[in-house]
Amino acid sequence: MSDTRELLYREALNEALIEEMTNDETVFIMGEGIAERGGSYKVTVDLLEKFGPKRVIDTPIAENGFTGAGVGAALTGMRPIVEILFIDFSMLVLDQIVNQAAKFRFMSGNTARVPLVLRTQGGVGNGLAAQHSQSLEAIFYHIPGLKVVMPSDPYDAKGLLKSAIHCDDPVIFIEHKLLYMNKGMVPDKDYVIPFGEASVKREGEDLTIIAWSAMVPKALKAAEILKEEGISAEVVDPRTLVPLDKSTIIESVRKTEHVLIVQEAIRRGGVASDISSIIQEEAFDYLDSPIAILAGKNIPCPFNLNLEKLVVPQVEDIVKAARKSAYK
Amino acid sequence: MAKKKTINKDFLISLYSTMIKIRKFEEEGTKLYRQGHIRGYFHPYWGQEAIASGILSAMNKDDYVTSTHRGHGHCLAWGADLVRMFSELLGREDGYCKGLGGSMHIADYTKNNLGANGIVGSCVPIAVGAALGIKIRDENKVVTTFVSDGGCNIGSFLEGLNLASAWKLPVLFVIENNQYAVSTPIESSTGETDLFKRGLSFGIEGIRINGNDVLEVYETANKYIDYCGKNSYPYIIECLTFRKSGHHINDPGTYLPEDKVNFYRNNDPLNIGKKHLTKLAGLSDEEINNIEQETDKVIEEALKVALDKPEMEAKDFLRLVDEY
Repeated sequence: MSDTRELLYREALNEALIEEMTNDETVFIMGEGIAERGGSYKVTVDLLEKFGPKRVIDTPIAENGFTGAGVGAALTGMRPIVEILFIDFSMLVLDQIVNQAAKFRFMSGNTARVPLVLRTQGGVGNGLAAQHSQSLEAIFYHIPGLKVVMPSDPYDAKGLLKSAIHCDDPVIFIEHKLLYMNKGMVPDKDYVIPFGEASVKREGEDLTIIAWSAMVPKALKAAEILKEEGISAEVVDPRTLVPLDKSTIIESVRKTEHVLIVQEAIRRGGVASDISSIIQEEAFDYLDSPIAILAGKNIPCPFNLNLEKLVVPQVEDIVKAARKSAYK
Repeated sequence: MAKKKTINKDFLISLYSTMIKIRKFEEEGTKLYRQGHIRGYFHPYWGQEAIASGILSAMNKDDYVTSTHRGHGHCLAWGADLVRMFSELLGREDGYCKGLGGSMHIADYTKNNLGANGIVGSCVPIAVGAALGIKIRDENKVVTTFVSDGGCNIGSFLEGLNLASAWKLPVLFVIENNQYAVSTPIESSTGETDLFKRGLSFGIEGIRINGNDVLEVYETANKYIDYCGKNSYPYIIECLTFRKSGHHINDPGTYLPEDKVNFYRNNDPLNIGKKHLTKLAGLSDEEINNIEQETDKVIEEALKVALDKPEMEAKDFLRLVDEY
């Protein structure tokens, strides 16, 4: 590609924020340590300098309060971006997200809109233990009225964050703490990625691996190993879980006839199970093996690093599950 | 921002008319509920009419307001249309929320009424956010958020107070202290029953007033809405009041002590309002009766129209599913 350069995931997010805050004065951002400090993962560096303290706001540690303030600002003509430092802390704001933000458009008979972006990050890191390592997308996936976005690389991160800011409905934008330092090519020119369009990250013939967020780079590594073994894996990243691009998923499954869904979140009640049910409803006749799910274990995340590796899918786990699913 | 109105005859009549409109709306609503036309929860605002009437008449129409689960009075005092109010309670498509919201969620976003809310206290951070937007846009507006005494004990309220003071936002917190959280008396809910003092530890001043005296409410609101706007800073008005019945229509309120019930029956906001009309505006009993009869007529006509309004059709509703 011409006119592209390599950016870190966090730099791509930062670019999206700068572009949107430059283009639209109603966009502002608030969160813990995002202004002076530039955010724990440096996603919001330079924003305070560029846009000033009125639009780049350090909040007290009061997630419920400032998320609710985001909802109120969104209802009255602003486009707030609220950063929740860890998705685990979003459990403190479920009322404002689930009972308030997700409901206003509906409850008002379509007269209210809540163009709020809740940016947060989840997933297992390196020894952050049970209260800072969760993958909680299923909770938001379950709630009508929310969009759920989980970018896996810098290109998607930028394009999807811009779409999230343009969106008139509340968006739960879930980054991953292990992706911030990943590199990828990002165009110089302005672009957005519409919601509901999955990305085929690698084409293949023998097996479809569906994965999102930090499971995508792992699935791609697994696909390289599988290739050496003669298994051609297609990697599909839905990118947005709500809305979900069913047709790209179904099309891929029809082609490969084998499917493995990989999610970092624990298996019980997860999004993978719902995607599995969609595939069996809509592509059952095309399947040549049972739909396989490789997911996090049904247990809180341990602190010990060796044990931590056991609770979420690793590359070798994906390779093993793929072999079994492809009957090879 | 507050605009000082001259307290003349017309203004006193308008304060009273709003109260009587709310009272009669709730009375008709109760009948409809008993007849089975209205379902779900119905939290009547009666007994508290002086607060909505007094506070909201001190505000400008481009200010913002957030309400509570007991919100009919706030909507009506903010100028809601009676047909659309009844239609919403009846679940009709002509209602403010197309019959999808109901009593606990009536709102009019086109008129800066951010609505009733079924979750106690949750409107408070939302009001703070509306004020944050005002500050970012450099506008000269105020947000009033109504909260019940029960709502003063939840984190949303306390976080909202702190944010409003930390960010210096023009929010008027109006505590409608009817002394009961559903059936639990305030003395059992908190060790500090002077609720306006909640603000002191956040650097927010406040005052407690007789919430049943519409003139006292108006004059206090007028002063402090002005204060909030001029200083870009929050303030708390605690209005002491009492519900005229249980928590909702199906709650007979048998736990309410007789002496308090009697005290507030004698200090009903409508009685106090009538006294103002007689003493300050010089209205005769007959003139006051005429106001009431006129209100009856308007309510009756609105109700008749609302009862003929259609409900949303199933096919139109099901079409919405794809959007979620």
